[in-house]
Order: sequence, then C-alpha cells, then structure tokens
Amino acid sequence: MLDWIYQWWPGLEASVTLLSLEPPGWGGNLVRGAVNSLIIALGAFFLGCVIGIGGALGKLSGGPVTRDLMAVYTTVVRAVPELVLILILYYAGTDLLNQALRALGYRPVEISGLAAGIGVLGVVQGAYATEVLRGAIQAVPTGQIEAARAYGMTRFQTFRRVTFPAMLPLALPGLSNLWLIATKDTALLAIVGFSELTLETRQAAGSTRAYFTFFLAAGALYLIMTLVSGRVFGWIETRFRRGQAGARS
Amino acid sequence: MRGWVKPHRIMLLLVALGLVLWAALSLRWDWIPRYWQLGVEGIWRTLWLMALSVLIGFTLAVPLGLAQAAGPRLLAAPARWFCTIIRGTPLLLQIWLIYFGLGSLFPQYPWIRASELWPYLRQAWPYALMALSLSYAGYEGEVMRGAFKSVPHGQLEAARAYGLSRWAVLRRIWLPQALARALPTLGGETILQLKATPLVATITVIEIYAVAGRVRQDTFIIYEPLLLLAVIYMAIAGIITLGFRWLERRYTPGLG
Repeated sequence: MLDWIYQWWPGLEASVTLLSLEPPGWGGNLVRGAVNSLIIALGAFFLGCVIGIGGALGKLSGGPVTRDLMAVYTTVVRAVPELVLILILYYAGTDLLNQALRALGYRPVEISGLAAGIGVLGVVQGAYATEVLRGAIQAVPTGQIEAARAYGMTRFQTFRRVTFPAMLPLALPGLSNLWLIATKDTALLAIVGFSELTLETRQAAGSTRAYFTFFLAAGALYLIMTLVSGRVFGWIETRFRRGQAGARS
Repeated sequence: MRGWVKPHRIMLLLVALGLVLWAALSLRWDWIPRYWQLGVEGIWRTLWLMALSVLIGFTLAVPLGLAQAAGPRLLAAPARWFCTIIRGTPLLLQIWLIYFGLGSLFPQYPWIRASELWPYLRQAWPYALMALSLSYAGYEGEVMRGAFKSVPHGQLEAARAYGLSRWAVLRRIWLPQALARALPTLGGETILQLKATPLVATITVIEIYAVAGRVRQDTFIIYEPLLLLAVIYMAIAGIITLGFRWLERRYTPGLG
C-alpha cells in the first residue's frame, strides 16, 4: 500500500524520512518545539487572565488614577507591535531584575527563555484580557450584584459567587480568541532565540533545505492546536452557558 | 474636552512630562542624526507595506466573505478552509514559508528566471507583501462573512423586486451596508496589520523595526531606539484610529 503511494508521489518518501521522530529525521525536534510552544502559551494565557481580572476590576472600581493608568497600559500594549514589546520587556525585565539583585547583594542571574517568554507574552495578553473581562463584567446585570450585596456578602464573596460565574460565559468567546492569539504569538519568541516550534522548524528547514516539508508540517501542528482548542472552548462554553436564561447552545 | 481635564489628570500629565524630560535629557539620542534618513525610509516602507497589503487583502476578502456567506458549497468550502488555515497558523511561519519556500522553488524554473518579473522576485519585499496580503485577506474574509450575513435579507429581496440585477444589488445595497457594519472591526484589524509589519524584518525587508535593530547592533544602545520605535508605532496607530473614526462618522449614520 505504502509502496504504491511512494511510486505515485516520489517526493513523499523523502519527506516522511525527514519528518520521522528518530534522529535522522527532524520530527522529534518539531514535537519538542510544539510542546515548548504549548507550555509558553498556557503560562502566558493564565498570567494574562490573572492580570486581566486585576485590570478589569481596576478599570471598573478603582480610583481615578488607577483607571487612567490602566487605560494607558491597555492602549500602549494594543498599539505597539508585540515584537517591539517583547524586546523592550525582555531587555528591561532582565536588566531591572539584575539591578535589583545587585542592589540586594546577589549575583546577577540569567533569566531562562521560558520564564521570560511567559512573562512577556503574559503582560501582552493581560492588556487584551482586561478589555474582554471588563466588557463581560459590565454585562452582568447590576441587580444581581446589588442583591448579593444586600444578602450581606462581602465584596470578595460577591465577586467569587456572583460576578465571576455570571460573567464567565460572556467572557469565554473573547478568551478563546485570546488563547488562539497566545498560541500564535509564541512564534514571535523565535526572534529572541527561544527554541519553540517556529524556530525549530526554521533550523530543520535551513539545514536540510526542505523548506516546504517542514513549514507545512509546522503549519499542520499549529492548525491541529487551533482546531482542537476551538473544540475544547466550544465544549466549555456550552457547559457554562447551561445556567443562563434564554441561552441556546 | 472639558470633562477630560480633572485634577488627577493634570498630575498624571505632569508625571508623564517629567518622564519625557528625563528621557530626553539623560538618555542617549546622539545617534538620531546619523540614522535619520534611514529611519524616514523605514517609516515610509512600513507605511506602504501596510497600506498596499490592506488594499490587496481587502480586495481578496470581499469575494472570500461573499463565497462563505452566500456562495455555493463548491466555493464556500475552499474559502472557509483558506480563512481557517490563515487564522490558525502564525504569520511568522507563513512569511517564512512563502519567502524561503517559494524563494527556493522559483530559481529552479528557467522560464521564471527569464521572465520580466524575475528582478522583483529576487528581492524580499514581494514575498513580504504577498504574505501580509494573504494574512489580511484570511482575517477579513471572516469579518466580511459576518458583515454580509448581517445585512437584513428583506432589503436584498426588495432591491431584487425593484428590478435591480444581482450585480447592482451587490454594488448598491449589499456591499455598502456590509462595509459600514464591518468598519469598526476593520479599523482594529488594520492596526493589527500595522503591528504585523515588523515581522517582515526577519526576511531582510528594511522597514522601521529593522532600522531600530540596526541602530542597536551598530551602537549597542538598547532602549532608546526601541522606545522611539514604540512611540512611532503608537503615532501611526493613532492616525489610523482617527482615520477610521472619520470614515465611521461619514458612512455609518445611514444604517438601519
């Protein structure tokens, strides 16, 4: 069967050998890169959500200064290319940390690419998450929040028991979009030299000259990640929407 | 404007002004005169790459959206797949696939090397423009699908009942309304396109981001070029926002 296909399409056998997981092939490197990409994307997404919750609450119920500072943060991050932000935050972050360490009398450290990548992409994601979550929180009927307050719940209890569960289904489409952006933004870390999927692909393609094979294979890996997470988010959304009045799946 | 000025805003502005003054006085800016001309050329290249790719991409996006919204399945399925693939893979990967992949494929064909286009195909920018345009088309095809679908069907039926041809309905009723509905999204997407342009620096197109990178390499000054770069991008993004706001004010009031 396989021989027949190879006869009909001679280039395929060479591609399959190149993509095999064992050392003569580069498939193992691609898979390792994809795992790295996924870890960074997950970390950045969660960091972004945490920053986003803080930012949204700051924008909605903070003082005037907090609100303006949040507006500056979201505007700047959304107007400046991620690539530039990554470089600024990467250099400035390592610099500031090392200066702080030196001031405290420690030796300067080398920040791992993984931690830097998660931190930088998380700050970028946070700005977008702030806007998504702010919109979702604003869409929760005020009556529900007032009722919770009238029952004697503290602010934190109100948020945890009423606002958060009520806004989650509203925020999910935006958050799933953000997750997709996070998986794709990991590719930008290739430029600061972190070996995630895109950089591994380029190295494999560069040393074998089989550009189409590797870039198409990497594209397929990214596409699989996107399509699978689309399914997962769809499932989560129907689950969380169950309690909503008038919602149809 | 009146409601905008408040005591704490004046304080914040003073702090911001202080930061700018500090940056101007204590950071190094002596490299600017030397790289001034290169910078202006870089900004120009960024701008036309963005504008042309938006133009080409949008021209492709209208049929893509139309095919998905109302086309037969034979056209709708490929259009949907194109949008999914473009939106599901990183732009950097697409740029590299087109530049390294096509760039290594073309020289193998003698008739391409003999053609009139070869002098252009040996440079990097056609590949950059192609990748950026296809990406914009993919994202906007999805936006236009929603926009075409959101125009009330009754209007199209009414137009047909008045005896307008299908083409006239599209040109005079359907497309203008879909465009007006899509305008706010398109504004945001155009800023995303601006933010995507620095990626082409990785395939040796010298736009403004690449110029900043060169300053960093030549002089070992890290922060100053990056900060100036951020300010330049913010200024361009601000102009795009204002432009789209003007377009919206002009074209959306007619919406029912």
